[in-house]
This record gives sequence, structure tokens and C-alpha cells, in this order.
Amino acid sequence: MQNLFAPGHRACAGCAMPTTVKLILDAAGPNTVVASPTGCLEVVSTPYPESAWEVAWIHSLFENAAAVASGVEAALKRFGKKDTNVLVIGGDGSTFDIGMGCISGMFDRGHNVKYICYDNEAYMNTGVQRSSSTPYFTHTTTTPAGKVSFGNPRPKKDMPAIAVAHRVPYVATASVAYPVDLRRKVKRALAIPGPAYIQVNAPCITGWTFEAGNTIELSRLVVETCLWPLYEYVDGKLGEVKKIRSKKPVEEYLKAQGRYRHLFRKEGGAEIIKQIQAMADANAVKYGLLD
Amino acid sequence: MKLTVAALVEPGSTRITKTGAWRTFVPVVDHKKCIKCSLCEIYCPESCIHQVDGLFVPDLDYCKGCSVCAHECPRKAIEMVLEEK
Repeated sequence: MQNLFAPGHRACAGCAMPTTVKLILDAAGPNTVVASPTGCLEVVSTPYPESAWEVAWIHSLFENAAAVASGVEAALKRFGKKDTNVLVIGGDGSTFDIGMGCISGMFDRGHNVKYICYDNEAYMNTGVQRSSSTPYFTHTTTTPAGKVSFGNPRPKKDMPAIAVAHRVPYVATASVAYPVDLRRKVKRALAIPGPAYIQVNAPCITGWTFEAGNTIELSRLVVETCLWPLYEYVDGKLGEVKKIRSKKPVEEYLKAQGRYRHLFRKEGGAEIIKQIQAMADANAVKYGLLD
Repeated sequence: MKLTVAALVEPGSTRITKTGAWRTFVPVVDHKKCIKCSLCEIYCPESCIHQVDGLFVPDLDYCKGCSVCAHECPRKAIEMVLEEK
């Protein structure tokens, strides 16, 4: 595979995000411009005065990566450079919360920009604060589990559905544990003109608290438990869905992570696990993961 | 290192930082067990496992010792060994 994300970057040992970026760039190729919002990726890939990127890369602010990419795309169009891919690669904080307005604008104007979110379900770079991507009952530093709380009291925002509502022609979810699927989805997004949105599950060892070597295993488990269905929407219609051959109980995924430790220690935790299992079962029915 | 205006920097220049110094455990590959599926190369977050003369070898200048390769190897051909100097 071609390697367009150089070693020497400062990501934690066992981080899923560099693998995700490497796979995305392998699919997109060297003729690519990437805009990144503020986040772990920006911080670890460009410690001044170095850069891990082997493609053109630009960072401006936390909220405006989609707007910057829109400008890049418009300029390339003006100069007649139709073969250059324009990507945004950003975390869930900038995608689900801070950059939401600019993303909506980019989708609305129909720029040929592929927005890819590596989703680690909280603000990991600043110390594990809750984002609107954090799932129910997750411990973060701003939704701590304790005597009166089981962690995050709000559901995960359905960002792919928001993209579909913008009539984005290609919307997909992916996981770092399924590299063939991820690369295929990036290539498919690039082949369809107009905006695209891909959301990639990328576990964070410090925020989710697990052994560094388990990164890929966890991203596989979240898919096998049906908590993270792999699907794609093409022109607003549900397309290919990754079928799950043997569905695993959610406990297997939850017990491997420190952020769900309270569910196994606190009284009433079993009831909460049942609720999480019900969410997984609902996903299996909604996306037809088991037939 | 040469810097230009507007904070432009050279591509791939993080290579000057040898992150191998972070490592506690080092991956040791048993090439007899290796079936050359290249999953270690695909999953390595440091992009530091490459095929050298047909064998998959980690570049210890950059390997942080995260053990993702050892964990994902379908033939358990990679063992993490405590590195002592």
C-alpha cells in the first residue's frame, strides 16, 4: 500500500486515527488536498515545524474546515484542475458540534468535497470532554459516572442522517477494523460528484481506556455487536449494509473499556446494559444487519 | 530545518523525530509462521512495518510498541518482548 502519512507523528501508541488516515489516503492517492479542523489529528500530524502529511494539507480553525475545503474546491475548479480530490478529515468534536454550520453550508452549496469524520466519541485532545457524538451512559470528564449518574445522559447525534437530510448523494459509516470496506467507501465517495460524508469508528486508548493493542479489536466488536452498523446511503436510499454473521452481546464491547466500568460495578448497571442491548437490537432491525 | 513564509513545511518531515524512543515492548516477528497477509502493515498506526526482501519487518526507529500488529496477526507470528538496553 502507498504510505502518504509519514511515521514520526505524535499520536499515542495504539491510536486508531493514523491508521484511518493512512487508509483514506491510500484510497484517495497523492493527487489530494486535505483540510483538517482543529483536533488530535491536526495536533499530532503537524508539531511545528514538522508535518506528517505527504499530500497538500491545510488547517485554519476549529469550525471552518468545510468552508476552507469549499474554497479550495472552487479555486481548483476555476483553474480547471478537475482530477484533484478535496477531502476534509476531522474529529467528531469539529464535525458534530463546532463545525456543524460550515458543514451544512458546504453540503448545501453542493461542493465536490468529501467530508470524513474519524469518530472517537468525545473531545480527546483536550482531555475527554463529552461531545454530541458521545453515546448514552458513557463516562467522560464532563459527564462523570458516580453516585447519582451513569454518565452521559443524552443519545449520540445521528450525523449520517443529518447528511442524508441535506440530500448529500453519498453517506456512509465505516470502521478502522474493516480496511477493505473503508477504502472502497472512500473510492466510491470520490467517484460520485458532489459532497459526501463518511463517519469512521476510531477507538481512543486514553479516552476509552483500554490496552493499546486492542484498538482494532474494539472497533471490530462495536460492529459485531450492532452498536455501529456499517451502511451507506446513495441518493438518500439505503444501499449496501455489512451483514453480521454472529451478533455478539454488548457486554463484550462494554467490559473491555474503562469508560463503561461503572455499568459493571454500580447498582442498577445491569438494567442500563439491557437498555444498550436494546439500542443494538434496534440497529439490527433498522438496517437489516442480520438477514 | 528550512522554514518558508505562511508556516509552510516540508512533506513527511515528522520523520526527523524517532518515536521509537517511546517504546517499552518490541515486536519480534517469527518469519516461519508469517503467511504474508500484510495485516500488520495495514493496521500499524505508525506505518512502520514494511516488506524488506519479502519479509515483514518493523522499523524500530518509529515503532512505539503499541502491539496492534501482534494482536491482529492471524497466525500469532509477532510476539511483544520487553526491550532492555
